[in-house]
Amino acid sequence: MTAKRKFGGVAVAALALFLAAGFAPAALLPHVTVFVLAIVIGYYVIGQVHHALHTPLMSVTNAISGIIVVGALLQIGHASTAITVLSAVAVLLASINVFGGFAVTRRMLAMFNRS
Amino acid sequence: MTATIAAQAAYLVAALLFILALAGLSKHESARLGNAFGMLGMAVALVATVVLAIDGDISTAGLGLMAVAMLIGALIGLRRARGVEMTGMPELIALLHSFVGLAAVLVSWNGFLDVEHDPEGHEARSLDALGTLGIHHAEVFIGLFIGAVTFTGSIVAYLKLSAKISSKPLTLPGKNALNLGALALFLALTVWFVITPELWLLITVTVLALALGWHLVASIGGGDMPVVVSMLNSYSGWAAAASGFLLGNDLLIVTGALVGSSGAYLSYIMCKAMNRSFLSVIAGGFGIEAPSGSDVDYGEHQEITAQAAAELLTAARSVVITPGYGMAVAQAQYPVAELTSKLRAKGVDVRFGIHPVAGRLPGHMNVLLAEAKVPYDIVLEMDEINDDFADTDVVLVIGANDTVNPAGAEDPPARSPACRSSRSGRPTRSSSSNARWPPATRACRTRCSSARTPPCSSATRRPGSRTSSAPSDRSCPRPSS
Repeated sequence: MTAKRKFGGVAVAALALFLAAGFAPAALLPHVTVFVLAIVIGYYVIGQVHHALHTPLMSVTNAISGIIVVGALLQIGHASTAITVLSAVAVLLASINVFGGFAVTRRMLAMFNRS
Repeated sequence: MTATIAAQAAYLVAALLFILALAGLSKHESARLGNAFGMLGMAVALVATVVLAIDGDISTAGLGLMAVAMLIGALIGLRRARGVEMTGMPELIALLHSFVGLAAVLVSWNGFLDVEHDPEGHEARSLDALGTLGIHHAEVFIGLFIGAVTFTGSIVAYLKLSAKISSKPLTLPGKNALNLGALALFLALTVWFVITPELWLLITVTVLALALGWHLVASIGGGDMPVVVSMLNSYSGWAAAASGFLLGNDLLIVTGALVGSSGAYLSYIMCKAMNRSFLSVIAGGFGIEAPSGSDVDYGEHQEITAQAAAELLTAARSVVITPGYGMAVAQAQYPVAELTSKLRAKGVDVRFGIHPVAGRLPGHMNVLLAEAKVPYDIVLEMDEINDDFADTDVVLVIGANDTVNPAGAEDPPARSPACRSSRSGRPTRSSSSNARWPPATRACRTRCSSARTPPCSSATRRPGSRTSSAPSDRSCPRPSS
């Protein structure tokens, strides 16, 4: 792809994104900003990860995606019993992820040794 | 500083610590520190959330329930982490993805019960006053959908990887139409739900998404599971991000986006390594043809005995070992590691060449070798070592007839024999690598290839080196099962 065409493509995409964001509900915009920038950071950081460490990468991302526990924790014990029970189950599941994910990553990384 | 502000600040710190955790994995030296950063970030986020919950109107019973749930989860998680075999990592990871998916489903249902189901309640009124009630409807729906697809998809992946169900792709008639139809139906239902947030719509979409996740992964064959697990890793991230939008929590959004892009990147490089397009993997079991190149002249082959192979190895100055998953299935990585250290003690330059899809996960083979105490600095990637094959005396291919299959190297400049191929649709555990080799000769029965094996034909033998051995499938005695 030539630089010109690439520039054109990016310009069109930028315009589309501008329009989509511009017409999206205003309350969403701050979160969308955070979301998009985090994806970009993720892309560059993950691209740097050593190929030999891709399995630990998967298990550590597994552990940190257990962050959904935060969402479930904030729902416990405020409103109806049904919500509390459901969120307790969610907390339990996500805690398995958090603790299991970090522990198994740690175990794996401890195996890698230099000669 | 109120509790809310303090929690926000803590979430920012946690997000940055998570980025540091991923950045730490760029080098072996910093990987452990990275993991420690990740744990610290999680601890910060958890403490902040608990403080926030206590500061809010949480009931004592709720607080107790929270503690119990976390404690049980932690115990189960730590147990699994301690007990899992390294060969079983793919199953564990798939199972953990399903938990994130299910948690996202529950969070979305709670969002519904809290707001949509209780239109006169406090939450619904305050959202209505802000004019964001419609957004909330959509967020509930989308988060639920992604979470449910992740949940059943991961369950099926887990069952396939642990061989609890057949790893053959399920081929329903019109399976692509089914998947696309389910997506279209989801979009239509989302619009409907935003207009009238009824309970039955939510139930319908839950069932629809669970069925879609099941079908999506069930249609994909066992050989593509590394891509599927990476893809589900990505989905679990998007599910967390969707819950973040639902709860207006930036930490969930950031973390979800990081995990989502991580999984997407891994899927991409796995597909590239297998010469497949991402779409063809997702569409599942696309036209896989067995190569029929029996007429090609791969050169002659000679059978070799274990003793001759040992002599070959000890006489060599440089050896490259290219293992496949068959090695791990036969538990041969320990004898191979021993062989490696003995050869290295004799001054032979031994290195490993790892094909990107040599294991059942990205980077899986590296972990298996590390577990067998093979030092990581002699374990190289395919791209790093491919150019060195020309100067290598002996190449030992173990349990990996698929990653060295020349049928996968479609591009003519494939100068680099042993690894420059893809599996082009072959299942991960290919034919002869499943069985256990008799202990005495484990290492070399596994296709002792050196010069002129089909894959390595042109390059493995250095001119004038005195290797001669065993190329074709017939060369190695059938492993006894």
